[in-house]
Amino acid sequence: MLSIGDQAPSFELPDTDGVRWSGPDGQAPASVVVFTCNHCPYALAWHDRIAQAARDYADRGVRFLAINANDPRRYPRDSYDAMKARVAAEDWPMPYLHDSTQEVARAYGAKTTPDVFVLDSAGRLRYRGAPDADYDDPEQRAAWLREALDSVLDGKEPSRQETRPVGCSIKWKH
Amino acid sequence: MYVPTVELLWWEGCPSTERALTELHEALRDVGLDGAEVEMREIVTEEDATGAGFRGSPTILIDGTDVVGAAPGDSVGLTCRVYRRSDGRISPTPDPDELREALRQATERAERK
Repeated sequence: MLSIGDQAPSFELPDTDGVRWSGPDGQAPASVVVFTCNHCPYALAWHDRIAQAARDYADRGVRFLAINANDPRRYPRDSYDAMKARVAAEDWPMPYLHDSTQEVARAYGAKTTPDVFVLDSAGRLRYRGAPDADYDDPEQRAAWLREALDSVLDGKEPSRQETRPVGCSIKWKH
Repeated sequence: MYVPTVELLWWEGCPSTERALTELHEALRDVGLDGAEVEMREIVTEEDATGAGFRGSPTILIDGTDVVGAAPGDSVGLTCRVYRRSDGRISPTPDPDELREALRQATERAERK
Protein backbone atom coordinates (compact mmCIF):
# COMPACT_ATOMS: atom_id res chain seq x y z
CA MET A 1 0.00 0.00 0.00
CA LEU A 2 1.47 3.30 -1.13
CA SER A 3 1.66 6.03 1.52
CA ILE A 4 2.26 9.77 1.18
CA GLY A 5 5.97 10.35 0.63
CA ASP A 6 6.61 6.85 -0.72
CA GLN A 7 8.35 6.30 -4.01
CA ALA A 8 5.66 5.32 -6.50
CA PRO A 9 6.19 2.01 -8.29
CA SER A 10 7.49 2.30 -11.83
CA PHE A 11 5.50 0.73 -14.63
CA GLU A 12 5.23 0.43 -18.37
CA LEU A 13 1.83 -0.03 -20.00
CA PRO A 14 0.38 0.23 -23.51
CA ASP A 15 -1.99 3.00 -24.53
CA THR A 16 -4.90 2.55 -26.92
CA ASP A 17 -2.56 2.77 -29.92
CA GLY A 18 -0.25 0.13 -28.50
CA VAL A 19 2.42 2.70 -27.62
CA ARG A 20 4.08 1.83 -24.33
CA TRP A 21 4.30 4.54 -21.68
CA SER A 22 6.43 4.43 -18.58
CA GLY A 23 5.77 6.10 -15.29
CA PRO A 24 6.46 7.92 -13.13
CA ASP A 25 8.02 10.40 -15.52
CA GLY A 26 11.39 11.48 -14.18
CA GLN A 27 11.49 14.41 -16.63
CA ALA A 28 8.19 15.94 -15.56
CA PRO A 29 7.93 18.38 -12.63
CA ALA A 30 4.84 16.43 -11.54
CA SER A 31 2.87 13.42 -12.74
CA VAL A 32 -0.73 12.41 -12.24
CA VAL A 33 -1.76 8.76 -12.36
CA VAL A 34 -5.52 8.28 -12.46
CA PHE A 35 -7.10 4.86 -12.23
CA THR A 36 -10.33 5.08 -14.19
CA CYS A 37 -12.55 3.05 -16.49
CA ASN A 38 -15.38 3.19 -19.01
CA HIS A 39 -18.32 1.75 -17.12
CA CYS A 40 -18.38 3.59 -13.80
CA PRO A 41 -20.65 6.64 -13.41
CA TYR A 42 -18.25 8.26 -10.94
CA ALA A 43 -15.30 7.90 -13.31
CA LEU A 44 -17.44 9.24 -16.16
CA ALA A 45 -18.81 12.13 -14.10
CA TRP A 46 -15.30 13.24 -13.11
CA HIS A 47 -13.64 12.53 -16.45
CA ASP A 48 -14.14 15.94 -18.08
CA ARG A 49 -12.77 17.73 -15.02
CA ILE A 50 -9.67 15.55 -14.91
CA ALA A 51 -9.19 15.91 -18.67
CA GLN A 52 -9.48 19.70 -18.38
CA ALA A 53 -6.86 19.69 -15.63
CA ALA A 54 -4.59 17.69 -17.94
CA ARG A 55 -5.02 20.35 -20.64
CA ASP A 56 -4.56 23.23 -18.20
CA TYR A 57 -1.32 21.86 -16.72
CA ALA A 58 0.19 20.59 -19.97
CA ASP A 59 2.16 23.78 -20.57
CA ARG A 60 3.71 23.42 -17.12
CA GLY A 61 5.02 20.01 -18.10
CA VAL A 62 2.71 17.90 -15.93
CA ARG A 63 2.14 14.43 -17.34
CA PHE A 64 -1.25 12.79 -16.84
CA LEU A 65 -1.64 9.03 -17.30
CA ALA A 66 -5.06 7.36 -17.10
CA ILE A 67 -5.06 3.65 -16.34
CA ASN A 68 -7.85 1.10 -16.65
CA ALA A 69 -7.23 -2.10 -14.69
CA ASN A 70 -10.75 -3.56 -14.53
CA ASP A 71 -11.37 -7.20 -15.36
CA PRO A 72 -12.90 -7.08 -18.87
CA ARG A 73 -14.40 -10.54 -18.54
CA ARG A 74 -16.69 -9.27 -15.82
CA TYR A 75 -17.02 -5.79 -17.35
CA PRO A 76 -16.85 -5.96 -21.16
CA ARG A 77 -17.28 -2.19 -21.36
CA ASP A 78 -13.81 -1.95 -19.79
CA SER A 79 -12.10 -4.14 -22.37
CA TYR A 80 -9.05 -2.95 -24.30
CA ASP A 81 -11.16 -2.75 -27.47
CA ALA A 82 -13.75 -0.64 -25.64
CA MET A 83 -10.96 1.66 -24.40
CA LYS A 84 -9.74 2.11 -27.99
CA ALA A 85 -13.27 2.89 -29.19
CA ARG A 86 -13.78 5.45 -26.46
CA VAL A 87 -10.54 7.28 -27.12
CA ALA A 88 -11.30 7.27 -30.86
CA ALA A 89 -14.70 8.84 -30.17
CA GLU A 90 -13.57 11.44 -27.63
CA ASP A 91 -10.88 14.09 -27.22
CA TRP A 92 -8.42 12.68 -24.69
CA PRO A 93 -5.54 14.94 -23.58
CA MET A 94 -3.77 12.05 -21.86
CA PRO A 95 -2.91 8.48 -22.79
CA TYR A 96 -5.36 5.82 -21.64
CA LEU A 97 -3.30 2.84 -20.51
CA HIS A 98 -4.35 -0.76 -20.14
CA ASP A 99 -3.24 -2.59 -16.99
CA SER A 100 -4.28 -6.05 -18.15
CA THR A 101 -2.50 -7.90 -15.34
CA GLN A 102 -3.75 -5.44 -12.69
CA GLU A 103 -0.21 -5.39 -11.29
CA VAL A 104 0.08 -1.61 -11.45
CA ALA A 105 -3.27 -1.05 -9.75
CA ARG A 106 -2.26 -3.49 -7.01
CA ALA A 107 1.18 -1.88 -6.62
CA TYR A 108 -0.43 1.54 -6.17
CA GLY A 109 -3.17 0.20 -3.91
CA ALA A 110 -5.83 1.69 -6.15
CA LYS A 111 -9.30 1.14 -4.75
CA THR A 112 -11.82 2.89 -6.94
CA THR A 113 -12.44 4.52 -10.28
CA PRO A 114 -11.43 7.24 -10.18
CA ASP A 115 -8.50 7.12 -7.78
CA VAL A 116 -6.00 9.96 -8.24
CA PHE A 117 -2.27 9.84 -7.40
CA VAL A 118 -0.14 13.01 -7.69
CA LEU A 119 3.61 12.42 -7.82
CA ASP A 120 6.44 14.92 -7.59
CA SER A 121 9.43 15.11 -9.93
CA ALA A 122 11.19 12.39 -7.96
CA GLY A 123 8.17 10.11 -8.27
CA ARG A 124 7.14 10.40 -4.62
CA LEU A 125 3.45 10.34 -3.75
CA ARG A 126 2.21 13.80 -2.71
CA TYR A 127 -1.57 13.44 -3.00
CA ARG A 128 -3.93 10.53 -3.23
CA GLY A 129 -7.72 10.40 -3.35
CA ALA A 130 -10.68 12.00 -5.09
CA PRO A 131 -10.32 14.76 -7.72
CA ASP A 132 -12.55 17.07 -5.67
CA ALA A 133 -15.32 17.07 -3.10
CA ASP A 134 -18.33 16.24 -5.29
CA TYR A 135 -18.66 14.14 -8.43
CA ASP A 136 -22.01 15.81 -9.02
CA ASP A 137 -20.71 19.39 -9.14
CA PRO A 138 -18.70 20.32 -12.26
CA GLU A 139 -17.93 23.70 -10.67
CA GLN A 140 -15.52 21.89 -8.35
CA ARG A 141 -13.14 21.61 -11.35
CA ALA A 142 -11.02 18.86 -9.77
CA ALA A 143 -10.01 21.39 -7.11
CA TRP A 144 -8.18 18.95 -4.83
CA LEU A 145 -6.12 17.64 -7.71
CA ARG A 146 -5.29 21.18 -8.84
CA GLU A 147 -4.39 22.27 -5.29
CA ALA A 148 -2.00 19.35 -4.96
CA LEU A 149 -0.43 20.05 -8.36
CA ASP A 150 0.00 23.75 -7.59
CA SER A 151 1.78 22.87 -4.34
CA VAL A 152 4.05 20.29 -5.95
CA LEU A 153 4.92 22.67 -8.80
CA ASP A 154 5.76 25.34 -6.20
CA GLY A 155 7.97 22.86 -4.35
CA LYS A 156 5.64 22.73 -1.36
CA GLU A 157 3.78 20.00 0.49
CA PRO A 158 0.10 19.96 -0.46
CA SER A 159 -2.04 21.10 2.46
CA ARG A 160 -4.46 18.29 1.66
CA GLN A 161 -2.43 15.12 1.09
CA GLU A 162 -5.03 12.40 1.22
CA THR A 163 -8.78 12.18 0.73
CA ARG A 164 -11.09 9.21 0.51
CA PRO A 165 -11.29 7.97 -3.06
CA VAL A 166 -14.93 7.84 -4.17
CA GLY A 167 -16.20 5.68 -6.99
CA CYS A 168 -16.78 2.14 -8.16
CA SER A 169 -14.48 -0.49 -6.73
CA ILE A 170 -11.72 -1.73 -9.02
CA LYS A 171 -12.99 -4.94 -10.59
CA TRP A 172 -10.33 -7.44 -9.65
CA LYS A 173 -9.84 -10.73 -11.42
CA HIS A 174 -10.88 -13.69 -9.29
CA MET B 1 -54.78 8.29 -2.08
CA TYR B 2 -52.98 5.61 -4.01
CA VAL B 3 -49.53 4.76 -2.69
CA PRO B 4 -47.28 2.92 -5.15
CA THR B 5 -44.86 0.18 -4.29
CA VAL B 6 -41.39 1.66 -4.26
CA GLU B 7 -38.28 -0.52 -4.34
CA LEU B 8 -34.62 0.45 -4.33
CA LEU B 9 -32.37 -2.32 -5.63
CA TRP B 10 -28.75 -1.91 -4.58
CA TRP B 11 -25.39 -3.58 -4.75
CA GLU B 12 -22.66 -3.03 -2.19
CA GLY B 13 -20.02 -2.36 -4.88
CA CYS B 14 -21.47 1.12 -5.49
CA PRO B 15 -21.33 3.94 -2.97
CA SER B 16 -24.42 5.70 -4.32
CA THR B 17 -27.12 3.86 -2.35
CA GLU B 18 -27.40 6.38 0.47
CA ARG B 19 -27.62 9.32 -1.90
CA ALA B 20 -30.17 7.54 -4.07
CA LEU B 21 -32.30 6.79 -1.02
CA THR B 22 -32.13 10.40 0.15
CA GLU B 23 -33.13 11.69 -3.30
CA LEU B 24 -35.92 9.12 -3.48
CA HIS B 25 -37.33 10.21 -0.11
CA GLU B 26 -37.17 13.84 -1.26
CA ALA B 27 -39.00 12.98 -4.49
CA LEU B 28 -41.68 11.08 -2.57
CA ARG B 29 -42.17 14.06 -0.28
CA ASP B 30 -42.29 16.47 -3.24
CA VAL B 31 -45.17 14.56 -4.86
CA GLY B 32 -47.08 14.10 -1.61
CA LEU B 33 -46.18 10.46 -1.05
CA ASP B 34 -44.38 10.90 2.26
CA GLY B 35 -46.12 7.82 3.59
CA ALA B 36 -44.75 5.48 0.95
CA GLU B 37 -42.31 2.93 2.25
CA VAL B 38 -39.16 2.21 0.31
CA GLU B 39 -38.33 -1.47 0.17
CA MET B 40 -34.56 -1.97 0.03
CA ARG B 41 -33.51 -5.05 -1.97
CA GLU B 42 -29.87 -6.01 -1.92
CA ILE B 43 -28.57 -7.68 -5.04
CA VAL B 44 -25.70 -9.91 -3.98
CA THR B 45 -24.89 -12.34 -6.77
CA GLU B 46 -24.91 -12.33 -10.55
CA GLU B 47 -27.78 -14.80 -10.29
CA ASP B 48 -29.71 -12.26 -8.18
CA ALA B 49 -28.98 -9.62 -10.81
CA THR B 50 -30.17 -11.82 -13.64
CA GLY B 51 -33.30 -12.81 -11.76
CA ALA B 52 -34.20 -9.19 -11.00
CA GLY B 53 -33.22 -7.82 -14.41
CA PHE B 54 -30.84 -5.60 -12.43
CA ARG B 55 -29.08 -3.07 -14.70
CA GLY B 56 -26.89 -1.66 -11.99
CA SER B 57 -26.94 0.00 -8.62
CA PRO B 58 -29.05 1.86 -7.73
CA THR B 59 -32.19 0.80 -9.60
CA ILE B 60 -35.52 2.21 -8.50
CA LEU B 61 -38.76 0.44 -9.29
CA ILE B 62 -42.17 2.07 -8.96
CA ASP B 63 -44.91 -0.56 -8.98
CA GLY B 64 -42.31 -2.88 -10.47
CA THR B 65 -41.36 -0.56 -13.32
CA ASP B 66 -37.88 0.91 -13.65
CA VAL B 67 -38.07 4.71 -13.29
CA VAL B 68 -35.59 5.05 -16.12
CA GLY B 69 -35.69 2.88 -19.20
CA ALA B 70 -32.65 0.88 -20.21
CA ALA B 71 -30.01 2.99 -21.91
CA PRO B 72 -27.92 1.81 -24.86
CA GLY B 73 -25.14 -0.38 -23.54
CA ASP B 74 -26.97 -1.23 -20.33
CA SER B 75 -26.72 -4.88 -19.49
CA VAL B 76 -27.90 -6.96 -16.58
CA GLY B 77 -25.32 -7.60 -13.88
CA LEU B 78 -23.50 -6.43 -10.77
CA THR B 79 -22.37 -2.95 -11.72
CA CYS B 80 -22.87 0.71 -10.93
CA ARG B 81 -25.55 2.22 -13.10
CA VAL B 82 -24.87 5.22 -15.29
CA TYR B 83 -27.68 7.81 -15.35
CA ARG B 84 -27.85 10.97 -17.38
CA ARG B 85 -29.30 14.11 -15.83
CA SER B 86 -31.60 16.37 -17.84
CA ASP B 87 -28.69 18.78 -18.44
CA GLY B 88 -26.61 15.96 -19.95
CA ARG B 89 -24.37 15.35 -16.96
CA ILE B 90 -23.55 11.77 -16.07
CA SER B 91 -24.58 10.75 -12.59
CA PRO B 92 -24.68 7.63 -10.42
CA THR B 93 -28.28 8.43 -9.41
CA PRO B 94 -31.44 9.14 -11.44
CA ASP B 95 -32.43 12.70 -12.29
CA PRO B 96 -34.70 13.91 -9.44
CA ASP B 97 -37.10 15.47 -11.97
CA GLU B 98 -37.43 12.13 -13.77
CA LEU B 99 -37.98 10.44 -10.44
CA ARG B 100 -40.78 12.83 -9.46
CA GLU B 101 -42.39 12.45 -12.89
CA ALA B 102 -42.29 8.66 -12.65
CA LEU B 103 -43.95 8.80 -9.23
CA ARG B 104 -46.66 11.19 -10.49
CA GLN B 105 -47.35 9.01 -13.52
CA ALA B 106 -47.57 5.84 -11.42
CA THR B 107 -50.06 7.52 -9.12
CA GLU B 108 -52.14 8.89 -12.00
CA ARG B 109 -52.18 5.50 -13.76
CA ALA B 110 -53.37 3.76 -10.64
CA GLU B 111 -56.04 6.35 -9.91
CA ARG B 112 -57.44 6.14 -13.46
CA LYS B 113 -58.07 2.43 -13.02
